[in-house]
Amino acid sequence: MELICPAGTPAAFREAVDAGADAVYCGFRDETNARNFPGLNFSREELKTAIAYARRHKVMTFVAINTFMRAGQEKLWHDAVDDAVRLGADAVILADFGLMAYTAERHPQQRLHVSVQASASNADAVKFLVETFGAKRVVLPRILTIPDIARLARQISCEIEVFVFGGLCVMAEGRCSLSSYATGKSPNMNGVCSPASHVRYREDGSELVSELGDYTINRFPAGEAAGYPTLCKGRFDIAEERGYAFEDPVSLDVMDHIDALREAGVGALKIEGRQRGKAYVAEVVSVMRRAVSADASERPALLSRLRRLSEGQKTTSGAYEKRWR
Amino acid sequence: MTLPFAMTAPLRIAPLPLIEHATRLVFAQVIQQHPDLFDRLGEHADKRYAFVPTDLPLGFLIEPSVRRISVHRKPHLPSADACMAGTFVLLLALLEGQIDGDAVFFSRSLTITGDMEAMLALRNALDDCNIDLPADIARMSGPFAPLVRRAATEIRTRALSGEAARWN
Repeated sequence: MELICPAGTPAAFREAVDAGADAVYCGFRDETNARNFPGLNFSREELKTAIAYARRHKVMTFVAINTFMRAGQEKLWHDAVDDAVRLGADAVILADFGLMAYTAERHPQQRLHVSVQASASNADAVKFLVETFGAKRVVLPRILTIPDIARLARQISCEIEVFVFGGLCVMAEGRCSLSSYATGKSPNMNGVCSPASHVRYREDGSELVSELGDYTINRFPAGEAAGYPTLCKGRFDIAEERGYAFEDPVSLDVMDHIDALREAGVGALKIEGRQRGKAYVAEVVSVMRRAVSADASERPALLSRLRRLSEGQKTTSGAYEKRWR
Repeated sequence: MTLPFAMTAPLRIAPLPLIEHATRLVFAQVIQQHPDLFDRLGEHADKRYAFVPTDLPLGFLIEPSVRRISVHRKPHLPSADACMAGTFVLLLALLEGQIDGDAVFFSRSLTITGDMEAMLALRNALDDCNIDLPADIARMSGPFAPLVRRAATEIRTRALSGEAARWN
């Protein structure tokens, strides 16, 4: 199984390659990708250098151009695809059907992957993208169980990639408007979920208070691990209770299920975290590399140390192993 | 790792201009070795960034647009657009990209207040620059460079062994 690893900077890219990635995914420094954070991502020149570095180490480079085009501004996204192809990307990861059509028409030889942001979660949707745009791989949304994936794999002809570790989106990806509701910006259109420009952390007595726009997202008591200020992982007062309405501040970790995912037909395991530092990338990729080839009995010990790197310092298997509360 | 009082006590009595002079020498050396350090800041280059080691009696203010660092005694810290607070070793480890900023933030070992966008941009800029303080400091040391580098690397390894094991 391929290990697909994140890189938000050239330094993180080199760490991912050196730590054993089969492919590294990254994006341009603009709103064409869903990790459009300040100081992050690649210029054209940086991507060119990164691709050359990856090639020398027989590692592939995937370029995420996975936000949705704005009417009248399509050139920004078209240029991103043209440049990714010109610079030698092994695949482009796309979400917008219009951009897929552009890519299939202008660059028919370019390998096209369906981004998780396209939210292609059933056989009809995936078949449409394969037949219409020649998609070679689909990155499945994090809302399917492993049996769901196995059923889907039997009905489609393209490769399957799934997220196995890192930040966990619990909503219908590419459709979620929670961030947009609170800030006017979303990962779908602007490449930012809970944009840093709208985030505030402040101390209130012994509590750490996280705020997004005009909303209080959480209050962390002293000693409790903190999380990202996303609405889907906020702690809210509902009726007589205070708690997590959608999901706790946790990260995804389904490495215990590698064998089941392989049997289900998954060919590539994706690590989330382009916004994380190079130290995170180096540690997670090297541990995952060992875990993929280790016996199932050895994996828990390998993976346990990664929990400290996770949001809320807790992990979950999410929908892959659905257990509704 | 929190620095023991015995190590930080001299900083309470040492003249501030002396501390600031030494700090500026190191800062200038880092800037010289990494001239593109602040390129990733973009519109945030003219912000003021405060770094407050919780185990030192001092705070540091960085102004990227004028390539300046200043040192201030607590509690008389100047206003800043964004502020990061943590132990001195933790802040140095973040400067070098030796540990993951999000992970130490989740653990509550690091506090960030003010302009998150600016601080995030600086964090990402630092993370990409591969700053190596022992190497940078050694370059200032003339014929003693190899010795200084070895000593500084050893100190860093010992100081970070706890932090890196905890967070990486």
